Amino acid sequence: MMRYLWLVPVMPLLGFLVLAFFGRNLRKSIITLIGTGTVGLSALLVILIGIEFLTSPPAGNAFTLKLWTWMSSGGLSPSIAFYLDGLSLAFIFVVTFVGFLIHVYSSEYMRDDEGFARFLAFMNLFVSAMLILVLADNLALMYLGWEGVGLCSFLLIGFWYKESANAAAARKAFIVTRVGDTAMALGLFLLITEFNTLDIRSILETAPAHWTPGSAKVVWIAFLLLGGAVGKSAQLPLQTWLPDAMAGPSPVSALIHAATMVTAGVYLIARNHVVFELAPIAMKTVAIVGASTLLIAGFAAVVQYDIKRVLAYSTISQIGYMFLALGVGAWSAGIFHFMIHAFFKALLFLGAGAVIHALHHEQNIFKMGGLRKEMPVIFWTFLAGSGALAALPLVTAGFYSKDAILWYSWSSEKGSLFLWAAAFLGAFITSIYTFRMVFITFWGKMKTHIHLRPGRAMLIPLVVLAVLSIIGGFLETPHNLGHITLFSGMLSGVLPEVHILHSGAESTELILQVLTALTGFFGIYLAWHFWMKKPGFLFRLKQTRAGAALHHWWLTGWGFDWVYDLLIIRPFTWLSNINKNDIVDYISIAPSNLVVWLHNLTRRSQNGNLRWYAAGIALGLIITLTIALFL
Amino acid sequence: MEQIPVEQSLLLAALLFGIGLVGVLIRKNMILMMMSVEIMLNAAGMAFIIAGSRWAQPDGQVMFIFILTMAAAEVAVGLALILKLFHLQKSIDADEMTQMNDITEASESN
Repeated sequence: MMRYLWLVPVMPLLGFLVLAFFGRNLRKSIITLIGTGTVGLSALLVILIGIEFLTSPPAGNAFTLKLWTWMSSGGLSPSIAFYLDGLSLAFIFVVTFVGFLIHVYSSEYMRDDEGFARFLAFMNLFVSAMLILVLADNLALMYLGWEGVGLCSFLLIGFWYKESANAAAARKAFIVTRVGDTAMALGLFLLITEFNTLDIRSILETAPAHWTPGSAKVVWIAFLLLGGAVGKSAQLPLQTWLPDAMAGPSPVSALIHAATMVTAGVYLIARNHVVFELAPIAMKTVAIVGASTLLIAGFAAVVQYDIKRVLAYSTISQIGYMFLALGVGAWSAGIFHFMIHAFFKALLFLGAGAVIHALHHEQNIFKMGGLRKEMPVIFWTFLAGSGALAALPLVTAGFYSKDAILWYSWSSEKGSLFLWAAAFLGAFITSIYTFRMVFITFWGKMKTHIHLRPGRAMLIPLVVLAVLSIIGGFLETPHNLGHITLFSGMLSGVLPEVHILHSGAESTELILQVLTALTGFFGIYLAWHFWMKKPGFLFRLKQTRAGAALHHWWLTGWGFDWVYDLLIIRPFTWLSNINKNDIVDYISIAPSNLVVWLHNLTRRSQNGNLRWYAAGIALGLIITLTIALFL
Repeated sequence: MEQIPVEQSLLLAALLFGIGLVGVLIRKNMILMMMSVEIMLNAAGMAFIIAGSRWAQPDGQVMFIFILTMAAAEVAVGLALILKLFHLQKSIDADEMTQMNDITEASESN
């Protein structure tokens, strides 16, 4: 079965090609069949391959499928080859399976859009590029996928390009991630010059012998790769593009900006974990970036009005958790949180999309309300997703994945009290903003009339994802709760085990778990208290000057856009305004202008009068003789 | 035989040259301008003769024969041109022949 691995990315690519070339002339049912069918077949294939991979693992717990040599030049010959191990299996499963559910959902959600075929074509292309990114066996092919997903993100954020705000959001996303991509490309070039190969495995195998830990080169490379990861995964300081990326349709937000593409940075760091382990300062930076991002985005999410922006900030925050896990060396905990997050965040985005769809494109949560009775399926699935996001103990998958991160950020030898405190505070904030959103949207009075009820194609993916958001956590449970290690077992050959510093501290782990669980419930209570029971307090707080300033500061995402506007965009536009006519050209234009000026000055003397010329010659003679004789 | 001082003879040559130059500048009749040019040429030739005799060298006289030859050729060509111009313009007034100036379209170039 595994030799059909190449079909996994090729299927969606075929779907893209067919839809891109013939989509205009096909009937909608055929478009749906091609768009969702190809991804569905990929998902089926991945499940079959996954079963074979897990039941009868290949030699070395990894499988390489080399198709052909891409190019061969100067000793560098990257091949088109796919590499399957536990890490890439986890990613391709999420990409194809969650991707398939989102495709099914969008076949109804986008059906009445005039660009239906174009939409599914881009989505298919995205799935294909993402699969190439995670399956690539060398860095060049990975970079191809990396840029491919960036392109699809641009195309799909600006899908409704006729509104200039959407196009601007697409450009912003593309340019901001490009900053990171440039750093990453530089990192890859450095890797090539160091190893003279792009093959990921041979780099990872020879790296420990090649560098001493903490040497300047490896630190540089780790930081440049981190730059790429930070850009793609919307982490501090390049997080500003993700909230604006919500201009795209909801399935796009679910697939690209929650479940898959934004976690490419997590994949990049996990895939190159050897490089990062050789650069302890870069590891520490990863953890600090994650911890500060999760806090900043969490606070920003508390004050947002737009349901999709709440979820966008929440995504940034949750990816911050993954970075924190990677930074403290809890590799498999980070990847586990990626998978669970993909389930529940895709669910939340799809649920939000269904609500927006039903309320005639209303995105402001304060104009929603009372939907609990009207849309029960969406309410219950949304509640399951919210529970997982807020990490409600025992019953949700989010609890198990987040608890592992919290525990390792405390107990790992790279962890610290500060990292744990940040993650703990983040979990508290998470439960506040999550249930603020749930209460305002689904409780209270109805404020907008429901004009369209979601059909089966939209509800089934929600239910499946809700089930996964509940039971997905049982793949991996902590020591004191069953100690199931199915997921980390799958990754054990790829990613190293986390080094626990406080060994044997089972009681500490239990205390921390209970503490986290209690704060989660306390956060929910606070959300109920402040936004449902006594909304007057917050209203009065907003009337005060400090309260209003704080509210505005958080609403605009801690003013990062403002700072970048001031520090980068304005100087840049100022400079380009000055340089509108190409300043450098003046160097060549100036002599020609001088010549023209002199010509205009002297052309008067050419008056055609013979005696004038003779006088000129005589004058010249007199001057020349005077100079020759007396000077 | 008493020698004429070289300063005085050179002064005569300069005077002749000046008369010729003034003639070229103030005359409008092209034939008279050519005559003035001849005077200037002869002034230059005279300066050569004076210099040759001052240093007792034959070069000055050789130079003068060259100048004489050139002046003859110049007159031939010059008179032919003036004749042709008279045919075209019905005039030998130098001030009327200003067609080859660059004043009228001053603003067009650039």
